[in-house]
Amino acid sequence: MSKRKLKNAHLPIGECVSQVHQILRERFCRHQLPERPAGLEAQHKHLEELLKRTAVHGESNSVLIVGPRGAGKTTLLRCVLRELSKETEVQKNLLQVHLNGLLQTDDRVALKEITRQLHLENVVGDKVFGSFAENLAFLLEALKKGDRSSSRPVLFVLDEFDLFAHHKNQTLLYNLFDVSQAAQTPIAVVGISCRLDVLELLEKRVKSRFSHRQIHLLSSLTFPQYLDRVRAQLRLPDDFPDGSFAEEWNASVKSLCEDGSVDEVLRRHFHSSTDFRSMHALLMLCLSRVSVAKPAIRPADLLDASRLCSADTKVNMLRGLSVLELCLIIAMKHLNDVYRGEPFNLQMVHNEFKKFLQRKSNSMYNFEHPVVMKAFEHLQQLELIRPVDGSSAKTQREYQLMRLMLDHSQIMEALQKYPQCPTDIKQWAASAFA
Amino acid sequence: MKSFGRLRVRRFYTWRGNPLSSNRKLRTHEYESLAIRVDGLPRTTVIRTGQHILIEGDDDDNPFAAKVVRLFGDESGQQKKAVVQWYVRVSEVPPSKLKLLGRDPHPREIFFYQGGNCDDEVNAESIIRPVQVKHLDADASFPPSDDGDDDETLYVKLAWDSKVFRILDSALVASPPRHPNPSLPPSPPRSPPAATPASRTSSRCTLPTPDPTVLRRAALGEVRRSRAAASAGKNPAAMEALHSETKLSASKCLSAKRRHGTERTPGVRKKLQLCSPEKTVMVREDALTQLLDEELEKERTLAKRVPSSPARSPTLTHRLTPLRRTNKSLAAQDAVSLKPFVITCRKVPLSEVESPTPTRDNSSRAATTPCTKEPKPVREPALGDLTCDPSLLVLQNGVCVLRAEEEAKNSSPPRSSKRKSALKVSYRIRKQLNLMDGQQDLNSDEDDEDEFVPSKELQSSSEEEEAEVVVKKSRVSSAGSRTPRSSTRTPRKTPRKNAPGTPRTPRNATPSIPSRSLPARRPANVLEEARTRLHVSSVPESLPCREQEFQDIYSFVESKITDGTGGCMYISGVPGTGKTATVHEVMRCLQHAADTDEIPPFHFIEINGMKMTDPHQAYVQILQKLTGQKATADHAAALLEKRFSNPAPRKETTVLLVDELDLLWTRKQNVMYNLFNWPTCRHARLVVLTIANTMDLPERVMINRVASRLGLTRMSFQPYTFRQLQQIITSRLNKVKAFEEDALQLVSRKVKPAPSPVPQLLPCVGSLSSLLRQVAALSGDARRCLDICRRATEICELSAAGLVGMSHVMEALDEMFSSAYITAIKCASTQEQLFLRAVIAEFRRLGLEEATFQQVFVQHQALCRVEGLQPVGVSEGLAMCQRLGGCRLLLLESSRLGVLQRVRLNVSQDDVLYALKAD
Repeated sequence: MSKRKLKNAHLPIGECVSQVHQILRERFCRHQLPERPAGLEAQHKHLEELLKRTAVHGESNSVLIVGPRGAGKTTLLRCVLRELSKETEVQKNLLQVHLNGLLQTDDRVALKEITRQLHLENVVGDKVFGSFAENLAFLLEALKKGDRSSSRPVLFVLDEFDLFAHHKNQTLLYNLFDVSQAAQTPIAVVGISCRLDVLELLEKRVKSRFSHRQIHLLSSLTFPQYLDRVRAQLRLPDDFPDGSFAEEWNASVKSLCEDGSVDEVLRRHFHSSTDFRSMHALLMLCLSRVSVAKPAIRPADLLDASRLCSADTKVNMLRGLSVLELCLIIAMKHLNDVYRGEPFNLQMVHNEFKKFLQRKSNSMYNFEHPVVMKAFEHLQQLELIRPVDGSSAKTQREYQLMRLMLDHSQIMEALQKYPQCPTDIKQWAASAFA
Repeated sequence: MKSFGRLRVRRFYTWRGNPLSSNRKLRTHEYESLAIRVDGLPRTTVIRTGQHILIEGDDDDNPFAAKVVRLFGDESGQQKKAVVQWYVRVSEVPPSKLKLLGRDPHPREIFFYQGGNCDDEVNAESIIRPVQVKHLDADASFPPSDDGDDDETLYVKLAWDSKVFRILDSALVASPPRHPNPSLPPSPPRSPPAATPASRTSSRCTLPTPDPTVLRRAALGEVRRSRAAASAGKNPAAMEALHSETKLSASKCLSAKRRHGTERTPGVRKKLQLCSPEKTVMVREDALTQLLDEELEKERTLAKRVPSSPARSPTLTHRLTPLRRTNKSLAAQDAVSLKPFVITCRKVPLSEVESPTPTRDNSSRAATTPCTKEPKPVREPALGDLTCDPSLLVLQNGVCVLRAEEEAKNSSPPRSSKRKSALKVSYRIRKQLNLMDGQQDLNSDEDDEDEFVPSKELQSSSEEEEAEVVVKKSRVSSAGSRTPRSSTRTPRKTPRKNAPGTPRTPRNATPSIPSRSLPARRPANVLEEARTRLHVSSVPESLPCREQEFQDIYSFVESKITDGTGGCMYISGVPGTGKTATVHEVMRCLQHAADTDEIPPFHFIEINGMKMTDPHQAYVQILQKLTGQKATADHAAALLEKRFSNPAPRKETTVLLVDELDLLWTRKQNVMYNLFNWPTCRHARLVVLTIANTMDLPERVMINRVASRLGLTRMSFQPYTFRQLQQIITSRLNKVKAFEEDALQLVSRKVKPAPSPVPQLLPCVGSLSSLLRQVAALSGDARRCLDICRRATEICELSAAGLVGMSHVMEALDEMFSSAYITAIKCASTQEQLFLRAVIAEFRRLGLEEATFQQVFVQHQALCRVEGLQPVGVSEGLAMCQRLGGCRLLLLESSRLGVLQRVRLNVSQDDVLYALKAD
């Protein structure tokens, strides 16, 4: 721990680092919402106005937020809700129901959840609902009783909206949209989906009842903007307890972004994907390298993190294989080359392997058949090879047709990285006749 | 037992006396009274004008109540008609209107019906029996119903004219004239002993009003204690005095008396025990008992009429001959029929023990306990008694009848008495029973109920009763006319009675969304006002552009309502063409017409195929909306079937709107079948309006017998043309100046957006409103049109412009109709764009529209090198591919397949190339 830094800090350096970790981790894990969603001002305004009208005027609305994964759909909605909850008029009125298509897998579950979240289950005296039909009738009755001016507006948030469209008859969607288009309890239905074709999933009468408002979160980002975003994500807020440390940190972040190698790494990431999530994953890896001894992110950290992020998972798996298994993989590769991707079985692979052994004439890799078979099965368990559909049960294991789930580039890369890989095997991998 | 319950009684209706007057024009004769004789029963009931009666309805448990105004028949005497003043039962008032009452209605409360649109002329042959109707003052409380004695009395407090409840003048209800007065026509001469039973019955007449004498005496305790006083009933003067007794108290007294009687009449179980081994004896006795019961009834009715007519007693002597004769035949035939009662009686104690009603307890206990020690010989003397003085047995027997009936009633629940509901059910049944007992006491009129065999022995004839009976034995003679067949019948009510009770679950809680703590803001400016009006939910004053359809539906429904017939109509049209709105509008207008008495009132209910979880729920919802009952689907179907197929003189027309009909499709199509079959029932008075999207639904999905019942009354709502859409918006906005003239002209004059091909559906008149044109071309959906306009007002507000201009509408239009795919491709990352390009390249290479990821990936690597980008790894490439698949720019196989998964484009290659070229 350097004396110089301690002298300038109001807080001990350890404290500061843990503070940095906490603040940035919250940010990266999306626990803390950004002040305003970057680059989505128009959408933010649109959604806010819409929900406000429901809460304040009792106007029923329906809207879909559509954008690719990681584009900030949920963040946008949460930001809007946070703003709205600051207004007492909204806060006191708006009831919220949050559903997720992955959790509420059918309408029955969804209805129960809605009832629970609206605190309506107490109305029937803590009674668990009987049938689905009763529950639906009950809920519709409840919604029908309300009217625009007197009942509290309800906000329905349907996350993974497209999954709701797969429910039987789309009963839930029909009824929600129908209520939103009838003079009943004012509701706002906000669907969140990453599918651009989500409207095509809706049945025509459901579609007709939907207001056809879609908020698309599609923003083309330039690299400088991306860089700004990275910088903003790493920046410590002004209210950081130790002002001088924050200044130092921010300065280091600024210099980091100007570094040539960092620029290259970030550009690569930018080309690969522009969404927040992949960026957060990268920065999180960098952040975890920040310690008391090294209280700043250095370009080398970012490079390492980038390497980790873009590392090929299959290659990593190949590095853990035995030499025999690797040999089998190489034999499969050659078979694929020869037979243009046709499936193979254990016998074919073993023969190919034997050819290699004969050429080499050393019996270093002379394995018994059962051993080879075992290795083959292990590969199957790792899902590096997979049986061809439909041929599994009947045939003997030796003759079961398999496909290799690896690309040639992955095999070659794995061989490069394989610790103490025998040279003849490397040569064999490069050429079938070596 | 059920099979017995289904049997119906045949009633014979004859005019009594000569016509009072005749109408020469109509060729009708008016009569004063009508005699009803039930097939197999010796008694006759007389219905007079001014009397209250029960009339067969669709619900056997709650027959219609009415008051006879006039009785007339045609010259031939074939047709018998009655003009009645209707009363409405609580269950017949629509549940929604019942709220107007402001209190919980009494179960036996009825309302004087002043609606005036019901057919007040009924077939006299639908009359079941007289009933007691009592007028109460509006603020008077109902007599407690749980003492179980006056159960047959109906109470009327208010008048109901299908809209409001009014206080009723008691004069209108004026209880039926008491007839033990001299105005009574002399009873027909006694038939000689040899006369056939039939002839005797036909000449009989009884009075529906209770016999005050008996009741009175019962009340006074004379029955038990002072036989002498009872026999003093021979004194006409004393009896006369008793007539002034109110019916209410009389009925109470009677039931008290009956209870005492039962206490003293053992033998239910006894009978049971005897029953199986000594069938012949039993049967004989049973038949006898039956006969005697009948006699008892007659006795009472007679007593009512002529309470103190000792003159009649001579007839007594000849009575037994026919009686005996029938006994013989009975003995042969009745063996089987008696079985149910055996079961019945054995079960009684079980249910009785559980019974929550204290009133019934003592009687039932009395019934079960003392009988065992009663030996068979005891009955023999009773028989003997009968021969010498049948009247002696009569009353006692009557008591038995009542009890036997009661027990028979109780017989159905005990089977299920282990079930939770058993208690409740048995309670209800008992209540019902009380009702019936009372009814018999009061009216001594025979309907099918009293036809089941009194499984009672004639035992220890208590002296007290004997004495009483002596007074009124006069009419016993008719008993012999009873046919043995009638004894096989069990009351229809028993099986049915507990059926509706079980599925009903008490769920009174009314759910509702809590009301807001702060009031909703009113629209503040023109734009907000416009937005409110443009919201789909706002109900327009009128529905423009649907006048013709409105008129068609209106006249269809109206004619059905006025005619009191039923019918089906099928309405089709694409979504958002105003089908449901038009029907609702029609219903609003009809309702208004009904309110102003232009057409008879009707009942409108609505179900929606999408708002139920299962097609069979339709029955449940219809039933609930119709009657407020809750039932399971199967049960509801049965109830509805019954409701629509049985005649009911006073049924209001029901208009049923079935929205989203196609959702009611089932494999057997029984839901659709029923929906379309009911209107064809003669008595249903059901108009079914069905709505669905497809025009050819009947041909496409319905099987022949369903499609045939749907009929050919069809209507198709065409999609709105752009002019109609324009008109709709204009009418909605009404005077609100929110849209600029040219923005509305937008509607009529606008640039045509390039990509969407507008089909030349409509005759082009000059340049066209792009918006409406487009909407019309796409769907003709008014909802979408309104939504676009609403969005335009929002955009306008954002841009702080005063009026909605062209640009705003264009923007809204763009927002809603522009495809996001191209934007999405433009916004994708470089590598993703490259991957899309690689996909196209690979497709072109293969000449197929499908490739594996591995193949595309090779192309992608090559493209990366060309573009000077660092190639990505397979994992990264897969991740990219998944992202594109998540947006549905690509269609992918399951990701488990890894590099082997096949890839397809979800957008056209041209679109991709266009989007990629643009930047």
